[in-house]
Amino acid sequence: MNEFELPPIDYAALAPILIMMGAAVVGVLVEAFVPRRLRHPIQLPLALLAVLAALTMVVLNLDKRLITIGVIAIDGPTLFLQGAILVLSAVALLLIGERAIERGGAFVAQAAITADSPDDRRQAERAGGAGEVYPLVTFAVGGMLVFVSANDLLTMFIALEVFSLPLYLLCALARRRRLLSQEAAMKYFLLGAYASAFFLFGLALIYGFTGGLGDRPAGVDFATIHSAVANSTQSPVLLFAGMALVSIGLLFKAAAAPFHVWTPDVYQGAPTPVTGFMAACTKVAAFGALLRVFHVAFEGARWDFTPVLGVVAVLTMLIGAVFAVTQTDIKRLLAYSSIANAGYLLVGVLAPGRDGLSGTMFYLVAYGFAVLAAFAVVTLVRDADGEATHLSRWAGLGRRSPLYASVFTFILLAFAGIPLTSGFTSKFAVFAPALDGGQAWLVIAGVLTSMVLAFPYLRVVVMMWLSEPGDATPTVTVPGGLTSAALVIGVIATLVLGVAPAPLLDLANGAADFVR
Amino acid sequence: MSDFPFLSVLTVAPLVGAVVVALLPRSRPTLAKQVAFGWSLLVLALSVVMWVTWQVDGQRFQFHESYPWIPNWGVNFTFAADGIALVMLMLIAVLVPLVILASWHDAESSKRSVPAYFALLLVLECTMIGVFAAADIFLFYVFFEVMLVPMYFLIGSYGGHQRQYAAVKFFLYSLVGGLFMLAAVIGLWVVGGKTFDWVALSEVDISTGAERWLFLGFFIAFAIKAPFFPFHTWLPDAGGAAPAGAAALLVGVLDKVGTFGILRYCLPLFPEAAQWFAPWALAIAVIGIIYAALLAVGQNDLKRLVSYTSIAHFGFIGVGIFAFTTQAGTGAVLYMVNHGLATGLLFLVVGMLIARRGSALVSDFGGAGKLVPVLAGVLFFAGLASLALPGTAPFVSEFLVLIGTFTVNKPVAVIATLGIILAAAYVLWMVQRTTQGTLNPALTEIDGMKRDLNLREKFVVAPLIALIVLLGFYPKPVTDVINPAIQATMEDVGRTDPAPSVDTVQEAGR
Repeated sequence: MNEFELPPIDYAALAPILIMMGAAVVGVLVEAFVPRRLRHPIQLPLALLAVLAALTMVVLNLDKRLITIGVIAIDGPTLFLQGAILVLSAVALLLIGERAIERGGAFVAQAAITADSPDDRRQAERAGGAGEVYPLVTFAVGGMLVFVSANDLLTMFIALEVFSLPLYLLCALARRRRLLSQEAAMKYFLLGAYASAFFLFGLALIYGFTGGLGDRPAGVDFATIHSAVANSTQSPVLLFAGMALVSIGLLFKAAAAPFHVWTPDVYQGAPTPVTGFMAACTKVAAFGALLRVFHVAFEGARWDFTPVLGVVAVLTMLIGAVFAVTQTDIKRLLAYSSIANAGYLLVGVLAPGRDGLSGTMFYLVAYGFAVLAAFAVVTLVRDADGEATHLSRWAGLGRRSPLYASVFTFILLAFAGIPLTSGFTSKFAVFAPALDGGQAWLVIAGVLTSMVLAFPYLRVVVMMWLSEPGDATPTVTVPGGLTSAALVIGVIATLVLGVAPAPLLDLANGAADFVR
Repeated sequence: MSDFPFLSVLTVAPLVGAVVVALLPRSRPTLAKQVAFGWSLLVLALSVVMWVTWQVDGQRFQFHESYPWIPNWGVNFTFAADGIALVMLMLIAVLVPLVILASWHDAESSKRSVPAYFALLLVLECTMIGVFAAADIFLFYVFFEVMLVPMYFLIGSYGGHQRQYAAVKFFLYSLVGGLFMLAAVIGLWVVGGKTFDWVALSEVDISTGAERWLFLGFFIAFAIKAPFFPFHTWLPDAGGAAPAGAAALLVGVLDKVGTFGILRYCLPLFPEAAQWFAPWALAIAVIGIIYAALLAVGQNDLKRLVSYTSIAHFGFIGVGIFAFTTQAGTGAVLYMVNHGLATGLLFLVVGMLIARRGSALVSDFGGAGKLVPVLAGVLFFAGLASLALPGTAPFVSEFLVLIGTFTVNKPVAVIATLGIILAAAYVLWMVQRTTQGTLNPALTEIDGMKRDLNLREKFVVAPLIALIVLLGFYPKPVTDVINPAIQATMEDVGRTDPAPSVDTVQEAGR
C-alpha cells in the first residue's frame, strides 16, 4: 500500500527564498495601498532589508548540505551563488533606488503612456518613477535564488520563468528613450519565450530518456538523470537532443553566442541600473544553473558535451570581442564585453573538477562587481536629455571630471585583465583549471580574444584622457549617496579581489561540492 | 646587513613617493619636482648600499625574501636578485633621478598636471624595480603588465606629435605579448606542479613539445618588449612621441625587461627549447642589427633615429644571449647596462636639443655646435659611445659579444660586425647634419638655441658621461657581478664554452 509521505521541509534552508518572495508580495501590497509619495521611501528599505535578511539566512545555512522537498539542493555552490546574487543585487538596488541624479529616478512613471506623446514628455521631466520596480526586482532575485538551487529540471524551469518575467518588465521601464526601452523589452520577451520553449522541450526529451531504466521511475531530478546517463542502454539520441535543447535555454540567459543577439539591444534599451542588475545577477544565476546541470546531471556525458560547448565558448568569446571593437555606444560596448565574458565563464564551466567550479564562481562575483561599477559610471555621464551614451561624447571626460574618468579607467583595465585588478585574477581562476584539464585550445582562444577585446577598452580610455574635451562633452552629475555607495563598493571589490583574492578563493574552494 | 629586505623596500619606496607626489596640490609644481627628485635619490642611496652589500663570490640569488600572497595558487611575493638583476636595478636607480632632473620642464609644455607626471615616473620606477627583483613568475608577470599603465599615460598625456597613436600602439603591442606570456605562465604552472617559484620551476623536467610551446609564449612577449626585428615597429613611434625623459627610460630600462626575461626565464627554464630555437633567434637578431641600422641612417626625426639605433643594439644583445658562451652572455648583460647609459644619455641630450629648437627634425638643425658648443660636444660624445668607440663603455660589451660569438658562430659574428660600420654611419651623419657644418640661419633667430647647457642639465649629463668613461676603462666591478650569473645560466642551458683551440696558432706558426 502506498502511503503518501510528506516530503521533509527544512524551512531554514529555504528561508532566503521565502524571505525574498514574501518581501515581493509585501511590495506589491505597498504599491496597492500606500499613498504614492510614501511608496519609494518604503519600498527601497523594504527590498534592501529583505536582501540583508536573506543574506543573513544564507550565512547561517553555510554548513548545510541537503536536498529539501526533493527539488531544492542546499549545498556549497548554492549557498555561494545565492550569497553572490544577494550581495550583487543589494548593490544593484542602490543604483535602482537612486533619485538624486534625475528627478524621480531612472524609471518611467507609468509604463502605459504612449512613447513620445506630450504626456510622455511631461512625465520624463517631472513625474516620480514607478515603484513597481522594487517588487519586480525582489521577485527576480527570489527566482534566481531558486534557479541556482534547483535540483530538478522542472523546478529550474519554473524558477527561470519567475526571474525572467520581471526582467522583461523591468527592461520596458526606462524613463527616457521609451521606444528603445519598449523595443528592448519586446525583443527580450519574445526571444526569451523561445528559449523557455526550447528548455521545456528539452526537459520532455530528457524525461523520455530516463524512462528506460527498470528499477527507477522516469524523472527529471538530477540524481535520476545522472544515473540514467551512466546506466542507460538506450540510444543516446534522446539524451543528446534533450541536452542540446536544455542548454539552449540556459545559454540564452547566459548570453552565449549564437543565442546572444538580444543582449546589445536589451542592454542598451533597458534603464541603466536594470542593465547593471542583469549583467551582474542574471549572469550569476544562469551560470549557476549551467554549472549544476553540467556538473551534476549530465556529468557522465562530459566527453560528449565538452566539444560542443567548447565551440560555443570560442564563438562567444570571438563574437563578443570582435563586435565590441565596432561599437560606438558605451552600453552596447559593455553588452558585447559581457558576451565575451560569458565565453570566458564557459571556459570555466568546461574545466573539470573543483578548481573549474570554484574558479567560475569566483569569476562571477568579480565580474559582477566590476560591471555594476561600470554601469554606475554610465548613469552619471549625462546631459539635459539623460545619459550620454555615445562614445564620442565621452571625449575629454578625463579633463572634465578626473575622478570618475579614473574610476572608469580602472574598471576598463580590470575588464582588459591587467594584473592587480579582479579581471586578471578571475581570468587566471578559469584559465588555469581549464589548461590543467587539458582544454588548452579554449585557453588559447581566450587569450587571443582578450587581445582583441583590449582594443575597444583602450579606445574608451584614449577618448576620456587623451582627447581634448569638446562642446558636446557632457558633465558628470554629482552622484547621490546611493550611487556613490554602489560605485565605491564595486571599485573596492574589483581592487581587493585583484590584490588579495585569497579569502574569496578559499570560500569558493570550500563551497565547490555539489550534493547529489 | 644582508638580512635587510632590500628588494621589497626598493620596490615599495618609489610607490610611496608617487603617492606623496600625487597628493601635492597642482599649484605647487616645483615642490612636486623636488620631492620626486629627493625620493629618487633616496632610492639610489639604498641601491648603492645594496650594491655594496652584494657578495661577489656568494650565492647566485641573494637578498631572497618571500611572503605568501595567494596560497590557493601558490603565489608568493618572492624577491631575489642575481648579478644580472642587480646591475639592472642599479641602472634604474641611477637613471631615474637623472631623468627627473632632465624632465624638469617637460610637463609644463602640456596643459596637464605637473605633479602627476612625476608621480607617474615614480610609479614606473616601482614597477621597473619590481620586474627585475621578482623571483616568482606570477609576480614578474604582474609587474610586467602593470608597467604598461604608467608608461601609457606618460606617452599619451605628455608626449609630442602623434602621442595618442603611439601610446595605444605601445600598449596593444605589449599587451599582446603579455597575453601570450600569460598563456605560457599558466601552462608552466600546470606542468610545473602548481608553483610559481623560479627555483622550483627551474628544476622541473618538461616534455619537449610542451617546452617548445612554453618557450615560444615567453619568447614572443620578450621579443616584442625588447624589441627584436619583426616585432619592433612600436618602438620608433613610442620613442618618437614620448617625452625625452620617458623615452630614455623606455629604451634604457623598459626594453631591457625583454632581454632580461630571455636570460632569466627562457634559457634556464626551457634549456632544450632555447637551443632548438637559437638559430631562429640569432637570425632575427642579426637581421635586426642590419635592418634597424639601415633605417636609422634614413631617419630625419632625432628621437625616431635614436629608437632605431636601439633596435640595432638589441640585435647585438640578442646575438650575445643566443651564442651561449660566457663571454657573449656577459657581453650581452654588460651591453644592457651600457646601452642604458649611452642611449639614455643620447635621448636626454637629444631631448635638450629638441626642447631648444622646438622641432625634432634633423633638417631643422645644422651647425648648431656654433651656438651651443657644450651641448653639441655632449651629443657628439653620446653618439660616439653609442657607436661603441673604444674607451667608452659600450665598446667593451660589443667586443665581448663579438668575440664570444666568433668562437662558436663565425658567420653571425661577421655579419654583426657590419652593424658597427652602419652605426658609425648613422651616428656621424646625424651629428654632422645637426651640429656641424654651416650654421642654419633659422637657428639664430630662436632664443632657445642661444642658451647652452645650464647647471641642471650639466648635472644630468655629467654622471652619465663619467660612468660611460669609467666602465669603458674599468668594467671589472660590473663584470665580476655579472659573470657568475651568466655562468650559472649557461650551465642551466647545458652549454660549455669551447676550449681554446691552439690548432690555428700552430698552423699559422708553421
